[in-house]
Amino acid sequence: MEKEPDVGWGCSKANTAIIHPGHEEEPDVHPLRARLCKEGNTLWRQWARELDIPVKWPGELMVFFDGEEKTAKKYIKLAKLNKIPGVRVVYRDELLQMDSSIGPSALGAIYAPTAGMISPFEAVIAVVENAVDNGVRLLTEANVREVKVVDKRVRGVETTRGFIEADIIINAAGLYSDKVSRMAGVNSGFTVRPRRGEYFLFDENVKVKPKKILHTTPTPITKGVYAITTVHGNLMIGPTAEDLPIDAKDESSTSEKGLEYLWKESEKLLKELPPRTKVIRTFAGLRPEPPEGHWRIEAHDDPWGFVNAAGIRSPGFASAPAIAYYVLNLIKDKYSVNLAKKKRWNPYRSDIVRVKGRPLQEVDELIRKNPEYGEIVCCCKTVSKAEVVKAIERMKKIGVKTVTIDGIKFRTRAGLGMCQGSFCRWRVALLISQYVGVSLHEVVVKNDTYGIGEVKVLLNQ
Amino acid sequence: MLELNYDGIVIGAGPAGIAAAIRAKELGLKVVLIENRDLLGGIPLQCVHPGFGLHYFREDLTGTEFIYRLFDKMDKVGVEYLLKSHVHSIEFIAHNEKIVNVITPKGVLSLKAKTLIYTAGARERHMFEINIAGDRPAGIYTAGEAQILMDMYGIIPGKEIVIVGSGDIGLIMARRFALEGAKVKAVIELMYYPGGLIRNVVQCLQDYNIPLYLSHAVTRVVGKKRVEKVVVAKVDEKLRPIKETEFEIPCDTVVLAAGLIPNLDMLEKIGLLADPYTRGPIVNEFLETNIPGVFVAGNALVINDLVDYVVEQGELAAEGARYFLENDGIPTMDWKPVVKGRNIRFVVPHYVSGRRDVTFYARVQYPEKNVIVTIPEVGWRMKMFNVRPAEMVRVKLSKRLLDGASSAEKISIEVAPSE
Ligand SMILES: Cc1cc2nc3c(=O)[nH]c(=O)nc-3n(C[C@H](O)[C@H](O)[C@H](O)COP(=O)(O)OP(=O)(O)OC[C@H]3O[C@@H](n4cnc5c(N)ncnc54)[C@H](O)[C@@H]3O)c2cc1C
Ligand SMILES: Cc1cc2nc3c(=O)[nH]c(=O)nc-3n(C[C@H](O)[C@H](O)[C@H](O)COP(=O)(O)OP(=O)(O)OC[C@H]3O[C@@H](n4cnc5c(N)ncnc54)[C@H](O)[C@@H]3O)c2cc1C
Repeated sequence: MEKEPDVGWGCSKANTAIIHPGHEEEPDVHPLRARLCKEGNTLWRQWARELDIPVKWPGELMVFFDGEEKTAKKYIKLAKLNKIPGVRVVYRDELLQMDSSIGPSALGAIYAPTAGMISPFEAVIAVVENAVDNGVRLLTEANVREVKVVDKRVRGVETTRGFIEADIIINAAGLYSDKVSRMAGVNSGFTVRPRRGEYFLFDENVKVKPKKILHTTPTPITKGVYAITTVHGNLMIGPTAEDLPIDAKDESSTSEKGLEYLWKESEKLLKELPPRTKVIRTFAGLRPEPPEGHWRIEAHDDPWGFVNAAGIRSPGFASAPAIAYYVLNLIKDKYSVNLAKKKRWNPYRSDIVRVKGRPLQEVDELIRKNPEYGEIVCCCKTVSKAEVVKAIERMKKIGVKTVTIDGIKFRTRAGLGMCQGSFCRWRVALLISQYVGVSLHEVVVKNDTYGIGEVKVLLNQ
Repeated sequence: MLELNYDGIVIGAGPAGIAAAIRAKELGLKVVLIENRDLLGGIPLQCVHPGFGLHYFREDLTGTEFIYRLFDKMDKVGVEYLLKSHVHSIEFIAHNEKIVNVITPKGVLSLKAKTLIYTAGARERHMFEINIAGDRPAGIYTAGEAQILMDMYGIIPGKEIVIVGSGDIGLIMARRFALEGAKVKAVIELMYYPGGLIRNVVQCLQDYNIPLYLSHAVTRVVGKKRVEKVVVAKVDEKLRPIKETEFEIPCDTVVLAAGLIPNLDMLEKIGLLADPYTRGPIVNEFLETNIPGVFVAGNALVINDLVDYVVEQGELAAEGARYFLENDGIPTMDWKPVVKGRNIRFVVPHYVSGRRDVTFYARVQYPEKNVIVTIPEVGWRMKMFNVRPAEMVRVKLSKRLLDGASSAEKISIEVAPSE
């Protein structure tokens, strides 16, 4: 059940997308986070391969400056406790050799070679496509409003798309998981607070391109700012960390203050910053912060059948596959469910075949099989008509009810480039209009339509 | 059948590219014109307002009419062109050999040419480049996008509009929305003067009672599903928003008309040098860039307000290409740098030889009244009642005049008060 028109538009869309190694978790304070992060790091390697998800494993450098070395070294100890391989201190000379984009005042860093980076929205899409392929049914625009409990057992959920019967309900509602939990009458005091993180994203063609995942050492005041080259080759800087009021769960706006702060922090972290004119986007995501940072992963007796995977804050993305196995085992043990392996389980899913990044010889072969590969719709990211059409087909296939321009953007990257869609958004909209059979003005951007009617509509009123 | 070897390849079929291809063909060059979209014409196709062609055709035409006039010329000389063909990359092999890789529905073509005329136009600045923070909901459009929706596909984006930027594009779009019954709540301009022609301020805003806020900036967009309002603030002399002056304008649509930027990515990848003021390439009087045999014209060269100049540049680039072919390269000359003097923001071209007629395109930094534009080295002066950044200053110098400056090391252009 997903309340939005598409999958992956919650916390999992706008985050730093680091597959953390697990050396930043205190095993005695957050044992589950420590364990599942490490397991998740291993599992993502397999999942990314099987599900064809853009990912890379450059390793990370937690850079320390004057006075920060002691704090940073704490993570070496944690790495030992959590058995994270290869974590060590590197000093200036080696540091600059590893990544020459680091600022000159850096003294050293904690190097963690197993850190990786993923395309978060594409990862969610890939997992869901594979799930549907293996028999899961997806309902979008299905906002869960009520959990029905009879005789201390869950019976189903009331949603904006009707009542759905169920004997086991897993609450993985991110920022809203406190609300859903309350619907089932459990953990009534449990709250998930939004903590905002803002980012700068730069164009691909800037000179500053960190090789490793770089970040500043967390201090009591700051959580550490990252400077990374994303899996698609863009420099990204962020996030901030700012607690918002409990009811500000859809507040994903950026702020002048937050962006200013990021700029200053990264001036220290990096040798040089690209000019501000090379920023192609600023955005913000909300972390789902549970009390004391404790994930709530539990299978309840009362009501029987209600499982929480709630308040999954960082390193939630890195841990996600391990959380899934953990929840599965909980269900198996707690509810004595007899799970049998599917006979026709398909572990594989492949990505849309793209023009970008492919040798021209291969592009030529693609076009000969399908001429729509030869029509470039998005010039910045070299996205062809064929890719847009395939994205539409895939959205329909997983059960998306409303094909949105944003949905196409996250599947094809059309509109994610330098011009931010001013050249291609209308072309994508035209294709949706044509392939879905809605008129152009009714095509949905994200949560609202692209236009309001035909040109004369206002004069006719 | 397509031939794979050309004298010249023209990239982008807006007015600059079409004019370049026509002229090149007239001069006897073997050229091909390549366009990404499924139709020729570029930006003017979507401009249903008049103001095109006064200089070139001596008639006031709409953008669409203007482009159709060019099509007629094109048909007469018979220009070869490719539609739905996206120039993917350019490879520089030698001064007289470049490869242009083109993605087309028939496959990938690798075309060879001695010269290139690059006329791929400009892109519009978006909200993230002009420091607008806040939400990112539906209801935010660039002016060009809104124009395409309204005038090519017949749909209207919204009904309560705030326009960011008072250049001609912003002003024209304000009127366009007003004409369709939308309420244009405000046009917001960062500078203390309007960015567009006075004629357009009168005819597009005043005639429709649309308020213009000078020295103001939109600082935030607010809205969950769709734009609900914008936050606007006055700016100080350094153009920084003054927090205490913030106020809100409720609206459902934000149209960004905050300037264009030459679209040069592909050339920068092969070492193009750009001018930070035009954000276009550094060129000589043939509009040749630092990459031998690569010429640039139109909005990819410098943002033009008049299509007439765009066409003129396209033709000049074609003449440059012919000169290049005749001499196996533009012969090395003692290029004189063109220097910006008082109140000049930029001037194109950047280098001249002094051996042939030259047309300069310049913009001033700030508006000024009663001035003299001068090029002291040749003793050229022109009294102007008014200069404004919105209006390009175009100066044509003959070879004869330039001969008088043959010993000068530079040519400079400046604006001086007229007393
Ligand atoms: C700024 C920032 C940086 C981060 N960096 C990292 C990082 O580098 N590495 C890392 O591992 N983690 C990181 N995280 C954390 C990570 O993003 C989260 O832990 C993870 O995405 C949580 O996934 P989820 O599935 O629990 O929640 P979500 O992705 O939010 O999914 C919940 C879904 O439930 C839907 N939903 C909610 N309520 C309802 C309802 N009533 N009915 C139907 N559907 C509903 C939502 O629409 C949403 O799609 C970061 C987070 C942020 C915000
Ligand atoms: C809203 C608006 C109002 C205007 N009003 C007026 C007016 O009233 N009077 C006036 O004289 N002028 C006006 N202009 C200015 C005039 O339209 C422009 O100066 C002119 O169109 C620039 O021409 P161009 O050929 O340089 O670029 P464009 O017209 O932008 O053409 C560039 C072409 O290159 C193609 N292209 C780009 N990249 C590639 C690639 N990789 N491969 C293949 N093809 C590619 C594009 O698809 C496009 O067709 C206005 C402009 C706008 C936007």
